[in-house]
Amino acid sequence: MSDHHHHDDHSELSETELRVRALETILTEKGYVDPAALDLLIETYETKVGPRNGARVVARAWADPAFRARLIRDATPAIAELGYAGRQGEHIVALENTPRLHNMVVCTLCSCYPWPVLGLPPVWYKSAPYRSKAVKDPRGVLRDFGFELPEGTDIRVWDSTAEIRYLVLPMRPAGTEGWTEERLAELVTRDSMIGTGLPKQPHEVA
Amino acid sequence: MDGAHDMGGVAWSGPVQPEPNEPVFHAQWERRAFAITMAMARPGGWNIDMSRFAREDRPPEDYLSKSYYQIWLAGLERLMLERGLIASDEIAAGKSLRPAKPVAKTLTPEGVAAMLHRGGPTEREAKRPALFSAGEPVRAKNIHPATHTRLPQYVRGHIGVVERVLGCHVFPDSNASGAGENPQWLYTVSFDARELWGDASEPNLRVSVDAWEPYLERV
Repeated sequence: MSDHHHHDDHSELSETELRVRALETILTEKGYVDPAALDLLIETYETKVGPRNGARVVARAWADPAFRARLIRDATPAIAELGYAGRQGEHIVALENTPRLHNMVVCTLCSCYPWPVLGLPPVWYKSAPYRSKAVKDPRGVLRDFGFELPEGTDIRVWDSTAEIRYLVLPMRPAGTEGWTEERLAELVTRDSMIGTGLPKQPHEVA
Repeated sequence: MDGAHDMGGVAWSGPVQPEPNEPVFHAQWERRAFAITMAMARPGGWNIDMSRFAREDRPPEDYLSKSYYQIWLAGLERLMLERGLIASDEIAAGKSLRPAKPVAKTLTPEGVAAMLHRGGPTEREAKRPALFSAGEPVRAKNIHPATHTRLPQYVRGHIGVVERVLGCHVFPDSNASGAGENPQWLYTVSFDARELWGDASEPNLRVSVDAWEPYLERV
């Protein structure tokens, strides 16, 4: 898909723009959609549902061993304890990274992604390079993201081909003993919960 | 179907390109395309598997030339045109030219939070025991249906291990064609990368798919 190029072709873009406008007009005139509901859907995913939700889940798992155990056993109800549930997160599985094992999540067939905890997926996640390469050359993907895993680390790639959605639980950075959940959450990046990144180090958020 | 959407392992030039501080949407039309797609599912009466098939069932050159939300848009138009909810002359005219079809309730602002919270759980009560259990080797069938399937090509014919039994879930291959939910046992099946990509593949790599029972056979 031409995700990375859609800014370049202005004529194509305006054609698409006109088409979307036409569709919304027709659907509104026919009473199939209510524009105020459309506004609210957009606002929800631009301001309320995003990776800060997942960061709170991860921070709680780092701070609270009982919650961590519930999250690993059955993530959907554990995540619902924080108020996150529903669309594209009906069945969530949490994947725990360890010093020996690194998990990475992809959807080679489309763009399946755990919306309630991470929001809508970024363009790269939906792009052909990621969808093709993640299952064959995940270390190459990690190099594209600017880091290498220690040699000997096992890599486990989860292709989201059904309605199960995966959330990576990254390792808690050293030097964060005694931190509150709020501070810990600042270390948790979106990519660390997909498996294409690592959490920030304490000095990066000081 | 064997389409351009099935990208696992396909040679693709160029690196993955993360965008720093990426916005949720890159244009106003993407916001509206996203929202009308979300809002139309209920009045339109289709399910998520029908939506996926409407997006992926197109020639590779078409699929690959469209951006992500352009594919959503093309899928949405097709679903609406097929059901006579809109017509091509209306899209060309940019306005409604005939009365609406009777549809299920329109999504209101008051209904948005509940609709999102409800989501679309796919797990169903099992009518019979699972055929496979965790730890068991299985082969992904070498199937190439012309209709919707969620078994990616790169695992077909290969032997993996059942890692998790995930319950009984709506079967997309049936649900996408309107043949009903036909729930089937779902498994996480993981494969050694050397089984999928040969001996030169990365060491210490396993890849899994979530596969419904009809995709699998005993070894």
